[in-house]
Amino acid sequence: MNAPMISIRALAKTFTLHTQGGTRIRAFDGVDLDVAAGECVALHGPSGAGKSSLLRSIYANYRPSSGRVVVRHNGGSVDMTAAEPRAILDVRRKTLGYVSQFLRVIPRVSTLDLVAERLTAMGVEAGEAVARACGLLARLNIPERLWPLAPATFSGGEQQRVNIARGFVRDYPILLLDEPTASLDGENRRTVVNMILEAKGRGAAIVGIFHDDEVREAVADRCLHLTRPEEA
Amino acid sequence: MDQELLRVSGLTRYYGSRVGCRDVSFSLWPGEVLAIVGESGSGKSTLLSLLSGRLAPTAGDVSYRDRDGRWLSLPNLSEADRRRLQRTDLGVVHQNPRDGLRMRVSAGGNIGERLMALGHRHYGRLRGTGLDWMERVELDPQRIDDHPSAFSGGMQQRLQIARNLVTEPRLVFMDEPTSGLDVSVQARLLDLLRHLVASLGLAVVLVTHDLAVARILAHRMMVMRGGEVVETGLADQVLDDPCHPYTQLLVSSILQA
Ligand SMILES: Nc1ncnc2c1ncn2[C@@H]1O[C@H](COP(=O)(O)OP(=O)(O)OP(=O)(O)O)[C@@H](O)[C@H]1O
Ligand SMILES: Nc1ncnc2c1ncn2[C@@H]1O[C@H](COP(=O)(O)OP(=O)(O)O)[C@@H](O)[C@H]1O
Ligand SMILES: [Mg+2]
Ligand SMILES: [Mg+2]
Repeated sequence: MNAPMISIRALAKTFTLHTQGGTRIRAFDGVDLDVAAGECVALHGPSGAGKSSLLRSIYANYRPSSGRVVVRHNGGSVDMTAAEPRAILDVRRKTLGYVSQFLRVIPRVSTLDLVAERLTAMGVEAGEAVARACGLLARLNIPERLWPLAPATFSGGEQQRVNIARGFVRDYPILLLDEPTASLDGENRRTVVNMILEAKGRGAAIVGIFHDDEVREAVADRCLHLTRPEEA
Repeated sequence: MDQELLRVSGLTRYYGSRVGCRDVSFSLWPGEVLAIVGESGSGKSTLLSLLSGRLAPTAGDVSYRDRDGRWLSLPNLSEADRRRLQRTDLGVVHQNPRDGLRMRVSAGGNIGERLMALGHRHYGRLRGTGLDWMERVELDPQRIDDHPSAFSGGMQQRLQIARNLVTEPRLVFMDEPTSGLDVSVQARLLDLLRHLVASLGLAVVLVTHDLAVARILAHRMMVMRGGEVVETGLADQVLDDPCHPYTQLLVSSILQA
């Protein structure tokens, strides 16, 4: 078998809250995980078990306390826990797509631009970037009249779909999905499930958090169970 | 893109016995935006003045790689060479537009000044460039003959940006460029900066106390306290997973960034 797309070893994250008496919070501990191309692993466990923290640590948004996260990138490999900031940004631009639970709005930037800029950042010509962004927004049922607007005023489900569009407008080799269907209705949920299955079909390695049992069973090949570590 | 633009090592400045900033080291790559945050008096402006060669360090070095690939030590350049570099390659956007603009010269004159200092004399071309830059920073080109004093604060900031970018610098320093503006004007300026920085591939060192601005504009962040750097990282790492007690205090003190 080919080398895994993601290889996690002995990963742990503990937060120290200095402003609150130095309380230490263990988010997760001793995580080992390999994810191959075309495979989808679901993170599973109770609230507070560290699922989102693990996903953010793979993206290098959180800085793990110990352990390694090695991803395949540009034909080589990068340890996200040790790489230089600009190397991490390069991995994020080309290899790692992350759909966060909540969309971060930028004032005055339209929905269409938010999605299209994922492509223009990769050197895709503006016209084509916009065309592909439009196609995806339409598929995700975002009404066309919303496309020129900044999503600040959108409903939770609309914002989530904009976020999903940002994550799927490029064919990222690795996708990290934090509850991508949480606030979606049945029809939109099915669309997103299909998009995830298509991404797997083209060889994407996916790690996701899916609260909905039906969604998880439809997309995940296996689960990684996380339990809440006892307090540090 | 595979070499730094700026190398800073052990940069230190004392004002008598008072610390301005102490032992700052980092590198900046082309196209990178670095935000410096910290409370008032933490040494941000001092550091910016040192980096842009406007202030002499007590110790340490700032080296800049010029367009020919030569490394120039800013503190060791002759006054004339440093001036020239400041006009061609560097830009400074001041917090107070009055520090960065000539208030008694027209908007067009402000934009043309750096070009004229570099020997451009053709009036028609200077005016053409002035009109072009007015447009690029979303100022009404018809107001090219107005003095900056007739402009609003947000317009003055945009004029300051045009005045700096006209010689296509590679590295721009900005000291609180959006503070003192009301929120909607801030958002518009932010949007403009975002586009200019990306389309020109500018490297930027940005001092701000607004963490939301840092998140939107910056790739990397440096947190200062008492003249020293206490934390560095990707902007989203520092904001979402702050490690130093002072950074945690800073991040938890704001509503949302
Ligand atoms: N930035 C942070 N700073 C401090 N503590 C954090 C931070 N992020 C997460 N935590 C803590 O880490 C633990 C794991 O949180 P995490 O968000 O990863 O859980 P989760 O499994 O995704 O839960 P849920 O199912 O509710 O989304 C929790 O105790 C949480 O409070
Ligand atoms: N020209 C100066 N002369 C004497 N002390 C100065 C001067 N400029 C700054 N300082 C001092 O250096 C420290 C850092 O100031 P400054 O760089 O202006 O901080 P910031 O921009 O972060 O508010 C402060 O203690 C300040 O009082
Ligand atoms: Mg979560
Ligand atoms: Mg200052």
